[in-house]
Amino acid sequence: MPSSRRKQFDPITHELVPKHEVLPLEEAVKVLRELGIHPQKLPWIKASDPIVQQLKAKPGDIIKIERISPFGTKVVTYRFVVVG
Amino acid sequence: MSETEKIIKGIQFGLLSPDEIRKMSVGAIKSPDVYDEDGTPIEGSVLDPRLGVIEPGQKCPVCGNPMGVCPGHFGHIELVRPVIHVGFVKEIYDTLKATCRNCGRLKLRPEKGSTCEEFKSEEEELTLEKAYRILKAIKKRYPLAAKRLIDHVKKTAAKQEVCPHCCAKQYKIKIEKPYTFYEERKEGLVKLLPTEIRERLEKIPNEDAELLGFDPQYSRPEWAVLTVLPVPPITIRPSITIESGMRAEDDLTHKLVDIIRINNRLEESIRSGAPQLIVEDLWDLLQYHVATYFDNEIPGIPPAKHRSGRPLRTLAQRLKGKEGRFRGNLSGKRVDFSARTVVSPDPNLSINEVGVPIYVAKILTVPERVTKFNIERLRQAVINGPDKWPGANYVIRPDGRRIDLRYVKDRKELAASLTPGYIVERHLVDGDIVLFNRQPSLHRISMMAHKVKVLPGKTFRLNLLVCPPYNADFDGDEMNLHVPQSEEAIAEARELMLVEKNILTPRYGGPIIGAGQDFISGAYLLTVKTTLLTKEEAYTILGVSDYIGDLGEPAILAPNEYYTGKQIVSLFLPKDFNFHGTAKISSGPRACKTEDCPHDSYIVIKKGILLEGVFDKNAIGNQQPESILHWLIREYGDEYGRYLMDNLFKVFIRYAEMRGFTMTLDDITISEDAKSKTKELIKQHEEVVNDYMVKYNEGKLEPIPGRTLEESLENYILDTLDKLRNSAGEIAAQDLDPFNNVYVMARTGARGSVLNITQMAAMLGQQTVRGERISRGYLNRVLPHFKVNDKSPEARGFVYSSFRSGLNPIEMFFHAAGGREGLVDTAVKTSQSGYMQRRLINALSDIRVEYNGMVRTTYGDVIQVIYGDDGVDPMRSAHGKTFDVNRIIERVVGWKR
Ligand SMILES: [Mg+2]
Ligand SMILES: [Zn+2]
Ligand SMILES: [Zn+2]
Repeated sequence: MPSSRRKQFDPITHELVPKHEVLPLEEAVKVLRELGIHPQKLPWIKASDPIVQQLKAKPGDIIKIERISPFGTKVVTYRFVVVG
Repeated sequence: MSETEKIIKGIQFGLLSPDEIRKMSVGAIKSPDVYDEDGTPIEGSVLDPRLGVIEPGQKCPVCGNPMGVCPGHFGHIELVRPVIHVGFVKEIYDTLKATCRNCGRLKLRPEKGSTCEEFKSEEEELTLEKAYRILKAIKKRYPLAAKRLIDHVKKTAAKQEVCPHCCAKQYKIKIEKPYTFYEERKEGLVKLLPTEIRERLEKIPNEDAELLGFDPQYSRPEWAVLTVLPVPPITIRPSITIESGMRAEDDLTHKLVDIIRINNRLEESIRSGAPQLIVEDLWDLLQYHVATYFDNEIPGIPPAKHRSGRPLRTLAQRLKGKEGRFRGNLSGKRVDFSARTVVSPDPNLSINEVGVPIYVAKILTVPERVTKFNIERLRQAVINGPDKWPGANYVIRPDGRRIDLRYVKDRKELAASLTPGYIVERHLVDGDIVLFNRQPSLHRISMMAHKVKVLPGKTFRLNLLVCPPYNADFDGDEMNLHVPQSEEAIAEARELMLVEKNILTPRYGGPIIGAGQDFISGAYLLTVKTTLLTKEEAYTILGVSDYIGDLGEPAILAPNEYYTGKQIVSLFLPKDFNFHGTAKISSGPRACKTEDCPHDSYIVIKKGILLEGVFDKNAIGNQQPESILHWLIREYGDEYGRYLMDNLFKVFIRYAEMRGFTMTLDDITISEDAKSKTKELIKQHEEVVNDYMVKYNEGKLEPIPGRTLEESLENYILDTLDKLRNSAGEIAAQDLDPFNNVYVMARTGARGSVLNITQMAAMLGQQTVRGERISRGYLNRVLPHFKVNDKSPEARGFVYSSFRSGLNPIEMFFHAAGGREGLVDTAVKTSQSGYMQRRLINALSDIRVEYNGMVRTTYGDVIQVIYGDDGVDPMRSAHGKTFDVNRIIERVVGWKR
């Protein structure tokens, strides 16, 4: 195994990784209704993505991402977890 | 006509089968002759009347429709011998390789195992049945994966040297471009005739064909070898009559005649039992003609030519390329209500206006519906007619009939009969909204809406301030103009695209339209401390503006009354505007960072009064974000921005005209004293360079880390020479009057830079090609005048002269060499960045911002939940920021500082 693979870290606590959280079902439904879209229209994230695995999210879940924009405002965006 | 409207549900692509071709044909085309003695088209020729109506007034013998309604009908040619369709050579080749030459089966192992002893690939994982199962499963949902499977099947099957089904030995198939196939047998290369190829393809079962990527219901493999050729309707290849009465046929018609002629000769030779060799020659010729009929640019064969030597434009050529059907007729079309001519400047126009020649205004029209409010005006337009501006070209009656005013005898009578409900296509008049555009249209402000101003002359006129968004100059540039025809289009253009609404660009959230060149010189000259105006002078320059109001008290009362330029500028500023900031001239010895500025290079505006500082590029320049101009437009609106540019900026120009502004040789002439200082400098630096060369020759030169000795020497020399030019520039800068015309232009940012002045007054400096001293040309020297391997500055492109003193011939050669690189670079860069831009735009063009701020594709996929993560329109932002705290503070309390 290449040495880089062994260098594991927790993506949740890494300072460059914005805050990810799995939306509870009711909230996910609310968000989708607000946006007026089907979940698969959201940008996708693979279930094999380290952060998704860390959050133990399953395909079909919606992940909420919060980050700070270069101008200091809070930005909220969503990802749809897909198989892969 | 009872035509039911039909809706297209889908399009099925496939190969035409011979039967289908015959079915859709109105008859076989056999005659190579087109017209008989009396000049009528021959039945059974390529101009057979059944193929479509070409002459007006005639009725189609097939469908009974007159010209224009009859869509035309196909005929067909029965080819005596089959020929390969050049468009499918690759598919035929792949299919032949993957299937058995004997039984036609796909050479994949059957699941139950092969009965052949010779078949060696028994361990091959992919079996025929398995491949078929996978294909069935993925075909619909994953067409791209199916394509990969098919490629894999083709590759695996082509490897087999023995057929797993019938045990026949397989030979290697070779292809000789563009359409000849060979088989590598023991006895050598054997040509495969199209008949043999077709027989083999016929043997392939439907299931196997499917695994090779065919959809057998719509495209059997053998249909790629033509036995019947469709003859397209005349409507797609009309003959044209030239003035002399001669008829010229379309290239496709010529080609079809050629095909029929060869086909008939081939038939004749076969019937008369001609030798095989002659038959095959004719067959090959038929193949050539059919191939070039489809595509006349096949590599490897000469294109079919017209008698004049011009290559024929056959089917593929009609579609391909910039002028082809797709790029030339579908993606881009010629449009009506448009005009194009040279542009020239007119500083007296508003930035919102465009000057349109009367000649153009009489051709372009706007449809205006007659109402009781405009009826008198439109009546007059009708009376004026098409030749007298402002007139009209057409009248459309309420029943939809168009009346061409060119042929109306009594226009007065027609004008009198106008009632509300009529539509008059009247000439373009002042105030009409038009779209104005200059290619290359790289961003959205390459096309803006202007208000028409009809003027004499033959050019479009535009205000100089709108040059930057179009990137226009007046060295022969041409621009296009389009007239929107509906009220909606006009309203949309006016509300969204009008020039004043695009002063701030979304590109960097600053004013792309603003002062440049003379405007900046004029603004500086007006606002410098030394400018004092008498009342009369103040009136003169204010006369070009719309300013109405009091001049106020003059700044100087005794011994005479004088107004300052700053007072004039203040007349145009809002009474609650505050600003502090440095001017462009604030640099070097005249830099200021605070209000306490002896050089007048720190701008202070309190409560709309310009107290201190000059207006230059930093204050009012184009493409200068966070400038006075930017804040003025942002805080007081686009309309105020337009007001400034149409009035204040005109005042600047008027002042420059009144005062006079020029450039003289004296402005770039340095004193004898400075000249001798420069000479001294040259001597010093030459010695340094010589020193380096001596050290280099002795091998004592200290190399720069990571560079060879030679590179190090070059670096040292370049550094030294750069220092030389800079020092020479400094001497010149100190010697020249900083308030001379050229210097003023450079310091204010109107035109030119300090480097330009250095090059004009002091020394041109090192000429480079690809960042290096010029070293190529003759053997080990650039020009024959130099010694071999001479590394001295003058032998490698250093120019000691200035533009003022003039260059000697050798220096001029070096300068030309350096200049050429720049020209080549711009040519290459524009084409490369143009192509990149095209691809980016094609990738992004269908993305849009929804009403709720979401960014989505046409399929509804979300790109951003809110545009730009903050929903801010960059055009209305403060240089990219949602808001600028410092500016807000300045605005509120700035006058207290
Ligand atoms: Mg030009
Ligand atoms: Zn017809
Ligand atoms: Zn076989």
